[in-house]
Amino acid sequence: MKKKGFADLFFVFLLLYLFLPILATMFYAFATNWNKTVLPEGLTFKWIAMLFQDSSFIEAFGRSVLLSGGAVMLALLFIVPAIFVIVLYFPKYEKWIQAAVVMVYAFPGVILAVGLIRAYAHIGVPMIVAVLGAYVISILPYIYQGTRNSLRNVNARQLLDAAELLGASKAQAFLKVLLPAVYPGLFAGALLSFSVLFGEFVLINLVVGSRFETVQIYLMKKLSTSGHIASSVVFVYLVLMGILTFIISMLTKRSKGAAKV
Amino acid sequence: MTSKKQLFVWILPFLVLILLFFIVPLLYMVISSFSNGDGFTLGHYQEVLTSSYILQGFKNSITLSAVSAVIALIITLFAVYAMMRFSEPVRERILMISNLTSNFSGIPLAFAFIVLLGNSGLFTLLFEKWGIESLTSFSLYSWGGLLLVYIYFQLPLSLMLLYPIYYGIQQQWKDAAALLGASTFQFWRKIGVPIMLPGIVGTFSVLFANAMGAYASAYALTGSNYNLVAIRIGALLSGDIFAQPELASAIAVLLGVTMIIAMLLSEWSIKKTRRNLK
Repeated sequence: MKKKGFADLFFVFLLLYLFLPILATMFYAFATNWNKTVLPEGLTFKWIAMLFQDSSFIEAFGRSVLLSGGAVMLALLFIVPAIFVIVLYFPKYEKWIQAAVVMVYAFPGVILAVGLIRAYAHIGVPMIVAVLGAYVISILPYIYQGTRNSLRNVNARQLLDAAELLGASKAQAFLKVLLPAVYPGLFAGALLSFSVLFGEFVLINLVVGSRFETVQIYLMKKLSTSGHIASSVVFVYLVLMGILTFIISMLTKRSKGAAKV
Repeated sequence: MTSKKQLFVWILPFLVLILLFFIVPLLYMVISSFSNGDGFTLGHYQEVLTSSYILQGFKNSITLSAVSAVIALIITLFAVYAMMRFSEPVRERILMISNLTSNFSGIPLAFAFIVLLGNSGLFTLLFEKWGIESLTSFSLYSWGGLLLVYIYFQLPLSLMLLYPIYYGIQQQWKDAAALLGASTFQFWRKIGVPIMLPGIVGTFSVLFANAMGAYASAYALTGSNYNLVAIRIGALLSGDIFAQPELASAIAVLLGVTMIIAMLLSEWSIKKTRRNLK
């Protein structure tokens, strides 16, 4: 055990490095005054209350939920069925989805922003639609991973064959047997996608700008005006991400557990 | 055959989406990088390659990305090694927590570092109080500050990618090596690290690409002041001075090529690692 002392140091450092910024920011959201002293002078709920009374924050939050949630919904409606069909019926084309996943992953928002502006800014397409579409595509890696893993976990092909053998129609087998079995994994992928999109800044800022103020753009504005409000925004954001991560891990555990039975 | 056609209907919307919101924009970007209003030109690329300012941006981005990736790799390599002493459920919990922090990036992350190390940040005040001269002169809004922020968002990703590679090193190999008289150090030097090497290279290239494309945290910290490729593209696009979308396209194409090379390298090394771990 003693031999690992050196490595342990790195481990402790890693945890400290990851958590110190989070803890400090959360603490700052509840500090009365924290400009001259190392520790805050007092604690208060004033900033959080102020944030929730600010209608522009509530609206920005609504826009973020609408945009990220809308993109996830569209992905569930249009991308998931395609992945299902390709994985189950055209497995030889699956490498094309994998190639698309790598490509999407390889091109960051800042590159895609250039493309979206060049393609759609001058032909009357509302740019928010362009961003929404790009969001749907940008979560492809998470959606694919979630769908693929849950299909593999439940042996989807055999499950469908068995259901049909027992007299279910194709639609019944799909809706009543397969969908409930893969649902937890799919839902986990959807939540992960949502949390990634909720933190997205580059595309929305460069392509649409402050005409569609999301939480991230609101936060960017508050960065230079009020540190306390900014930290309250980050606090709310972190709480939301914490809840989502917790649900995701529960769902993943459940879908893994279901596969073992 | 009709059933295959019916199935194709389910794939069609996906193809349309990827065409409209991925392939078409990228094509337009490439075309625009070669056009100057009335025809074909290589001028934008020439401008990129002769502008010392833009080249400097590439140089800054590449150094920042490579250095942050290497530091994050070293930290996580040792950290994963230390993590292995915990039981599997505990390790999974640690990974879950680290995944939570991977969502903490961009603007919120930049702000957190302002709270810690900004002009009246927690540590800045602490260093002043203790009178540590060398540290009080540290500026978050410089290369060093950006490096700290970049290392932060590299760490969870690096941990997530290295853990399975590490996990693949089997206990039997260690036992066999130990039986044959190898010390722990010898095992890692002669067997462990060489087996993991392609995986480490792959992880490095993913981390490198991750940092090359990062925009939000650098933008939040330095506005358009610090010269990075991603920041340059954003500035040329939104026209902080005046918009030059064609030039932005050319830079974006070159950045895209860098990303593709990094991703190909990682794909290749992942395949190699899988073969090693079998």
